[in-house]
Amino acid sequence: MTTKTMFSMTRRHVLATATVAALAAMTGVTPAHAADTIKVGLIASLSGPSAKSGEAITRGLTVAIDEINAAGGLLGKQVELLRRDDENNPGKGLVAARELVQREKVAVLFGGLQTPVSLAIVPFMNQSKAVFMGPWAAGTPITQNGAKENYIFRVSAFDSMVGVALVDRAVSVHGAKKPGMMLINNPWGESNEKSLLVALKAKGMENAGIEKIEQSDIDVVPQLTRLKSNGADAIFMVANVGPSAQVMKSLERMNWNVPVVSHWGPAGGRFSELGGPRAKDVEMIQTFTFSGNPSPKAAEMMAKLKKHFPEIKGEADVTPAVGIANAYDGMHLAALAIKNAGSTDGPAVRKGFYNIKSYDGLIKTYEMPFSPEKHDALGPDDLVFTQFIDGKIIPVK
Amino acid sequence: MLFTSAIITGLGLGAMYGLLALGFHITYVVSNTVNFSQGSSMMLGAVLGYTFAVTLGWPMPFAVIMALALCGVFGLAVERFLVRPFADRGSNAWLMATIAGGIVLDNVVLFTFGKEPRSFPSPLATDAINVLGVGAYPLQLIIPVVGIVAAAIFSFVLRNTKYGKAMLAVVQNAEAARLMGIDTRFVIAGAFALSTILAGVAGLLIAPLYNVSAGMGLVFGIKAFATAILGGITSAWGVVIAGLLYGLVEALTTAFLGSTYTQIVAFSMIIAALFFMPNGLLGSAGIKKV
Repeated sequence: MTTKTMFSMTRRHVLATATVAALAAMTGVTPAHAADTIKVGLIASLSGPSAKSGEAITRGLTVAIDEINAAGGLLGKQVELLRRDDENNPGKGLVAARELVQREKVAVLFGGLQTPVSLAIVPFMNQSKAVFMGPWAAGTPITQNGAKENYIFRVSAFDSMVGVALVDRAVSVHGAKKPGMMLINNPWGESNEKSLLVALKAKGMENAGIEKIEQSDIDVVPQLTRLKSNGADAIFMVANVGPSAQVMKSLERMNWNVPVVSHWGPAGGRFSELGGPRAKDVEMIQTFTFSGNPSPKAAEMMAKLKKHFPEIKGEADVTPAVGIANAYDGMHLAALAIKNAGSTDGPAVRKGFYNIKSYDGLIKTYEMPFSPEKHDALGPDDLVFTQFIDGKIIPVK
Repeated sequence: MLFTSAIITGLGLGAMYGLLALGFHITYVVSNTVNFSQGSSMMLGAVLGYTFAVTLGWPMPFAVIMALALCGVFGLAVERFLVRPFADRGSNAWLMATIAGGIVLDNVVLFTFGKEPRSFPSPLATDAINVLGVGAYPLQLIIPVVGIVAAAIFSFVLRNTKYGKAMLAVVQNAEAARLMGIDTRFVIAGAFALSTILAGVAGLLIAPLYNVSAGMGLVFGIKAFATAILGGITSAWGVVIAGLLYGLVEALTTAFLGSTYTQIVAFSMIIAALFFMPNGLLGSAGIKKV
C-alpha cells in the first residue's frame, strides 16, 4: 500500500515537473539576461598542463570583447563571454559545445585548444549550423572537414602550412638532408606526420624515421637514438609542453647537438624551466610575438593587456602570445561577420565571414580573409620562427 | 649504443614500476586489499617534495623526510577511511573507494599546487655521466639500486623478523592472529603507510627526470599494478623483477621496433605471461587453509 502511494506520488511529481518544463519551453522562459546580450562561447583547457594557453585565449577574447562593447556592442547589444573547461578531453569538449550552442545559443563558439577536442566538436557544429572559430588547434582537417556547408573558421596556423614552413627552415637554415620526426602519439601528431611527409616529398627528400612520444614518457633517448643511428641531421618536433621538454632533456643527456625545428607546442607553458639548458635551442613557429614586434598595434595591445590584467607586468607574462593574438583577431573578425549578417543566425553569420572585405588586425591586415574554399585566415607568410629565452618567446635572429 | 641506452632507460623506468608495485604487494600480503591510489601517492611525494624543497626552500634531506612522512599519513588515512570500513564488512567496495580517493587527491593538488607542470631541480640529474659510451644522469643509475634494495629489505623483513611474521600471520587468519596477541589493525595500517611511503620515494626519485604535476601518477599507477600482477603480487622479488622486466621490454621495443609498437608489445607480454603463469612470475597460488 505504502509502496503504491509512494509510486503514484513520484509519478505525479514527474508529471508536474514535465508540465512546468514544457510550459516554460513553449512560453520561451529563459534566463532574464539571455535576450539582452550576444553570447560568445569558449571551450578550452582552463585546467591542466595547457591551462596557460586557455588563459591566453581568454585574455585575447576579453580585450576584443571590451573594445567591441565600448564601441556600442554588436547589433545594439553587449557581447558576453561564456567559458567552459574541456580538460583536454574530447568528450567533455563535445558536451560543453552542446550546452553552449543548444542552451546558451552562443553566436560564435571559440575553442578546442587541442586538435582531438576540435575534431570531436566539428561535426556537431556543422550539423547544428553553428559557427565555430578556432584560435589555436592546428589540425588541417578541422577546417578542411569535407562538410557541404562548412561552419568552421580559423585564425591560427594549420598543419599543412606548418609542415611546409618547418621543412623550409630545416633545409634553408640548417642544410638538412635527412631529418627525423618526434611526434606526439595523438591525432595532432598524425596530422603533422602527413603534412611533413607531403612537404618533404615536394622537395624530393627522405626522412630518418618517424618516432612517437607519449605524454607520460620520462625518457625519449631510445627514440632519439634510433633517429641518430639512421643519420638524422635535424629533428621536427610536434608535441605539447611536457613531452617537448622531455625531448630536449634527452638530447642534452645524449649530448647530441642536432637542430630542432618545432611546431608551437612548447609555447603553452613553462618550457624554459621544464626543458633544461637545451630548451633555448628549439626553433618554434609562432603566428605572433610581442617581443621584437615593431607594430604600434602590438604595443597598444600590450598596454591594454596590462590594464585589464594587473598580473601582467611584461612580455614574460603574456606567453603564449599566439593564443592572445589569434583569439583577438578571431573575435574581431567574428564581430564583422555578425555585423555583415545583421543577425546571430548561423547560416547568415557564415555568409557574413565570406563578406569581410578588410580588417586591420593585430597579426596582419586581413584582405578578404575567408571564402567558401578558404576557411583559414592565415597563410605561410604569417609565420615567424622564435626561441624561448628566459621564459620569453622572441624571434630567432 | 642503441642497446646500452635502452637498458639504462629500461632499468630506471622498470625500477619505478617496481617500487610502486611493492606498495601493492605489501598491502595485499597483509590484508588482501590494495590501494589503487598508489599513482596519486607517488604524485603526492613529488608535489610535497617540490613544495618543501623548492617553494619553501627547506634543506633537501628535511624536505624529503617531511614529504615521505606525509605520504605515510595519507596511507593511514586511505586505510582508515577508504579500505577498513568496507573490508570489515566483507565488501569489495574499497576497490572503488581507493580509486575515488586518488581522483580526489589529484584534483585537490590541481587546485592547490597549480595547473602547470614544474621542474624539480636535482644535482643528480644535471650533468650526464658517460656509462659505456652512453650519457646518463647519476639518478638513473641510483633508481634501480633503490628498487632492488627495497625488495631485498622487504623480503628479509617478512621472513626473518617478528613484525614480518606478524604481517604474514594476519593475512593467514586475522582472527587467530588477533587471539595470539598481534595487533592486526596496527599491522594493516602500517602496511598501508609503508606502501604510500614507497610510492612517495618513487615520486621523489622520478620528479627530477620528469616533471611535477597533479596528473603525473596516473599512468604509472596503472602500469605498476600490471607489473604487480605480472610478478605475482604475493612475492616482493616477483613484483620488482616484473617491474624491471616491464621497463626493459618497453625501452627495448621502442629502441628496436619503434615507439609505435611499445604499448602493444608490453601489454601483450603481460597477457601472454599471465596465460602461461596465472600466478605471475614468482607468485604462489592463493591456497586458503581453513
